[in-house]
Amino acid sequence: MELFFNQVINGIQQGAIYAALALALVLIFRSNSLLNFAQGEMAMFSTFIAWILADNGFPVVFAILAAMAVSVVGGAIIERTLIRPVGSDNVLAIVIVTIGIFIATNALAGWIYGTDGRVFPRIFANESLVTFGDVTVTQETTGIIAILLVVVGLLYLLFQHTKVGLAMRAVSSNAESAQLVGIRVGRILMLGWGLAAALGALAGSLAAPQLNLSLNLMQGLLIYAFAAATLGGFDSPLGAVVGGLIVGVTQTLAGQYIDFFDGFELGSAFLLILVVLLVRPQGLFGRAVVTRV
Amino acid sequence: MTPLLEVADLEAGYGPVQVLRGMSFTVDAGETVVILGANGAGKTTTIRAVSGMIDTKGSVVVDGKSVGGRRPEDIVRLGVAHVPQGRGTFVDLTVEENLRLGAFTRKDDDVAADMDHWYEVFPRLHERRDQVAGGMSGGEQQMLAIARAAMSRPRLLLLDEPSLGLAPIVTQELFRRLQTLNQEQGTALLVVEQNANLALSIAERGYVLEAGLIVAQGTAAELQADESVRQAYLGI
Repeated sequence: MELFFNQVINGIQQGAIYAALALALVLIFRSNSLLNFAQGEMAMFSTFIAWILADNGFPVVFAILAAMAVSVVGGAIIERTLIRPVGSDNVLAIVIVTIGIFIATNALAGWIYGTDGRVFPRIFANESLVTFGDVTVTQETTGIIAILLVVVGLLYLLFQHTKVGLAMRAVSSNAESAQLVGIRVGRILMLGWGLAAALGALAGSLAAPQLNLSLNLMQGLLIYAFAAATLGGFDSPLGAVVGGLIVGVTQTLAGQYIDFFDGFELGSAFLLILVVLLVRPQGLFGRAVVTRV
Repeated sequence: MTPLLEVADLEAGYGPVQVLRGMSFTVDAGETVVILGANGAGKTTTIRAVSGMIDTKGSVVVDGKSVGGRRPEDIVRLGVAHVPQGRGTFVDLTVEENLRLGAFTRKDDDVAADMDHWYEVFPRLHERRDQVAGGMSGGEQQMLAIARAAMSRPRLLLLDEPSLGLAPIVTQELFRRLQTLNQEQGTALLVVEQNANLALSIAERGYVLEAGLIVAQGTAAELQADESVRQAYLGI
């Protein structure tokens, strides 16, 4: 039984990271109605920025915050220069562009940083904080969950209690009407991409200590984040968080108890995506979109 | 007196299809003007051209300032509010959030007082202020759309077929509110409508639009008396 609980706690820690990346996907889906396949690679690139700062002696927390700030600018620039010129009425073309950004970012990172794996410093020690019998909760688990809660709280404040957050929700609800009430939609989209890139930087920096930082740091993570967002509903930030935690726990338990998934945990994410799309395509918290034709 | 809105030789279209072929009209400050026309005459295109939603040729001047080439979010800052066809409410935001967004461009402290005013005018909106707009009936959403546009304190309110899809009794109520808005706040109204009877009843002047050109104009009384207008648009 201890094994079970330890795996659940591991899963929650993993899931918190998936949730952060899924939140980034949801932010962009809500503003542009598209899946940003480049989200993971953008996050990997940002994580390298954090690593460089930390490697040059800056405190790791500062390095991550600085990388998030740089990512806000980078995400906004990507929206303005690569996404917007394609035009919002051609979603398929934009998806292709995001795949292009995926490949280009990966190649650029390889060119700048090389293909070696790097050790990314931990913010929180991987040591026991509390134990219940044989069940151990580490400082790292607690810290990562605390960070996720802070992020969710800040996003809630932004969306529900600020004018710019209301404008972001208005743009995702009806971009044309948003323009008609005077919202500068372009700036809101840039902000959305910037915030998503910052969330990606955070997710990457939290994942990197366990996985080691390399060019393919985020590729598996992105699949789990897609599973999380699919499960929670692609237009629901709450869904991204709940979905992330469920996917994390599913992954560790499936790896532990189902022989088929042992060493093939990623399969549980694909299976989850498949089941959700068959049973409840809008996800747990998503809105079913009805299109009149 | 220079008109509040002066449109001259307006041409607009979608891709290769030209919809407006050099139309001209004016709206004075505080005036109610209706543009009548059949489906496809270019009514919606006219409204969208004025609020900057589509590219145009010709001149659109609001209060002495040319709006040609300006973006919708800048034109609303010149005091032009647009209630689009199909209402354009933010269906997954609450009624109150819709109204707050209407005042997005305002920096003054009277937003809350204005919101109370519109809750008084439309008590249904007050009852449903914490519910999402998409859950309301078409008539209620149209009232919300008008209140939201009015929250920007426009000098000119553009209304694109406000009666579309509404029951006759709801439409009448809506036009009474529009008349009150015009009289009490001095907001000029430019209404494009297929429901010519009702629109002319609150308008001072009107134009008839056919295939992208103004083919008749006059006071509301003149248009109501005109034999060809009566036959084509009033169904008498």
